[in-house]
Amino acid sequence: MSEAALPMRLALVGSPNCGKTALFNQLTGGRQKVANYAGVTVERKEGRFSTPSGRNYLLLDLPGAYSLDAASPDEIITRKVCLGEFPGESVPDLIVCVADATNLRLHLRFVLEVRKLGRPMVLALNMSDAARRRGIRIDVDKLQARLGIPVVETVAVRHGGAAELTRCLEGEVRAVAVAEDSTDLHVQVRELIAEAVSMPRRTAEIDDAIDRIVLHPALGLVLLAAIMFLIFQAVFSWAEPLMEAIEIGIAHLGTWVGSALTSMPMLQSLVVDGIFAGIGSVLVFLPQILILFLFILALEESGYLPRAAFLLDRLMLGAGLTGRSFIPLLSSFACAIPGIMATRSIQDPRDRLTTILIAPLMTCSARLPVYALLIAAFIPQRTVAGVFNLQGVVLFSLYVAGIVSALAVAWVIKLLRKDKSEHALLMELPSYRVPHVRDIAIGLWERANIFLKRVGGIILSLTIILWFLSTFPAPPAGATEPAINYSFAGQLGHLLHLVFAPLGFNWQICIALVPGLAAREVAVSSLATVYALSGHEEGLQAIVASQWTLAMALSLLAWYVFAPMCLSTLATVRRETNSWRQVWIMAAYLFALAYVASLLTYQIARVVGS
Amino acid sequence: MRLSELVQGLSAVVQEVEDLTEKDPISRRLRDFGFVSGEPVRLVGRGPIGADPLLVQVGYTRFALRRNEAARIIIGEPA
Repeated sequence: MSEAALPMRLALVGSPNCGKTALFNQLTGGRQKVANYAGVTVERKEGRFSTPSGRNYLLLDLPGAYSLDAASPDEIITRKVCLGEFPGESVPDLIVCVADATNLRLHLRFVLEVRKLGRPMVLALNMSDAARRRGIRIDVDKLQARLGIPVVETVAVRHGGAAELTRCLEGEVRAVAVAEDSTDLHVQVRELIAEAVSMPRRTAEIDDAIDRIVLHPALGLVLLAAIMFLIFQAVFSWAEPLMEAIEIGIAHLGTWVGSALTSMPMLQSLVVDGIFAGIGSVLVFLPQILILFLFILALEESGYLPRAAFLLDRLMLGAGLTGRSFIPLLSSFACAIPGIMATRSIQDPRDRLTTILIAPLMTCSARLPVYALLIAAFIPQRTVAGVFNLQGVVLFSLYVAGIVSALAVAWVIKLLRKDKSEHALLMELPSYRVPHVRDIAIGLWERANIFLKRVGGIILSLTIILWFLSTFPAPPAGATEPAINYSFAGQLGHLLHLVFAPLGFNWQICIALVPGLAAREVAVSSLATVYALSGHEEGLQAIVASQWTLAMALSLLAWYVFAPMCLSTLATVRRETNSWRQVWIMAAYLFALAYVASLLTYQIARVVGS
Repeated sequence: MRLSELVQGLSAVVQEVEDLTEKDPISRRLRDFGFVSGEPVRLVGRGPIGADPLLVQVGYTRFALRRNEAARIIIGEPA
């Protein structure tokens, strides 16, 4: 009879770094659903599992919280869901409160706070193996008697490490009757620890030893630079061949499918240049996203990420950011999409938004083809100051221009923001842990899913719209110019020319900017199309070098430092902020910066050049 | 004295956490973390730039606190 009954609803709560998510993964395996809570951008994770006796459970992983009394959006949700006050969430039948057995001074206070809610609950002392290794002895029976709730030991990262918990769930757990006790929770925690816990040493010796190196003012920064260098090497050397393989593979597949449609050229073009090109432009981001997140998740799981934030906080604070902004911004040099997705580790919503808004100013790898074309065409191969290659110097200054303007924009956002209250760092530096393969694999799977489902759809539909714009209307009979010139995109390009003429852009550039909205590097192949060079991008450099002026080229370079060209990034911002308003703000300010920068560059270069 | 003035490597006992504004959320969070009267704290280290933030041990946990956050914590004379 119980098999047919509704699954029991469990809510998993605990302070950050208690191993709650690892326990969630251990219990549910891959069977989890990730979404957002209604109306907010806080992640909601739910999973199912059943015990050996066949009882079914629905487990909700609530956001980590240090307190139920605090003001962060995460903690408000945790509190409301536990009490059954959150709209759309039914009250959990049982609360599973997780505490790190090696960090009870901090976590027991939260346990006591949850206990005061008067809901049925179980306490899971997680990482009990680490506690034992450190010689920490916990008298579970005494703790159980004092708290009046079942207490079990778990090891979330070991197979079968939650067995004691599932056995406990099968028994009857009733709500605790909490006697009115006005004693301060901290005092109660001290009493509990004095009675039930013996702790030979306050911290793990290994943590102290690692921190002496990792947080060392000089060594720590050197190590951080080395780790970042390794990540970048990996992203570029591992992702590039994969991205190429995806592009070629999808293109071949498209041509193969298209060859079956030769009798219907329009449909064939839609399939090959619209749908398959769209799928290709979605999938091509995946290698970079997955490799970057492999590192970010490993750094996060190991406990290094907050250390990196510690080292860089002062630097980032100068620009009105936080140390936690560093990794997302660095990732944006590869691609702004994973960078923006990585901002979830920034707790303060204001800091997170600022980081998202400036992430596209980091020079992403998709700008490189454009930079490479223009630099090769206009900047002579010359050595300056004895050692530097002039082309390299120009490329480097484009990167610097991006970084400097990002800092300036962050600073302006700080000035414009009406809320002058202090932004907090207040960051726990958790114990070091060896990252667990299962937890990283599940984390990667989640990121890939979010990207493909939520962002992929937008990118695909935009690519198809752009195909439509560049294909219709078809050129009239006897047309001499490339077909794109007669299309909506071509007409749009000629219209844009009115706007962009002061920047020195000719109409060919303006037309190429339209399909370039899909992804920045597409502008290069579009330019080739406009100059009727389809498939001969090598010839493009010669045309550009002979027909454009240096001022035009510099102006286009300046445009690309800022331009909000990549619709995929805007789609990601929409998904991560849950707001079109932020998308418009970002697009508008980037457009304005790009326009002004190009205008100044062109006009100054013209005056200087003449 | 204040936690922000503590010499690196030394320990002291917390007396109280000051509220700079009404219902100061930062002070409240510091108390949640265990910075409460009678609790021993130790200044373990400092950040590489401008000796900020501070690395502070309280209970069994280490926290990174910016100087102006640590300045809210009043401590006794270091032991």
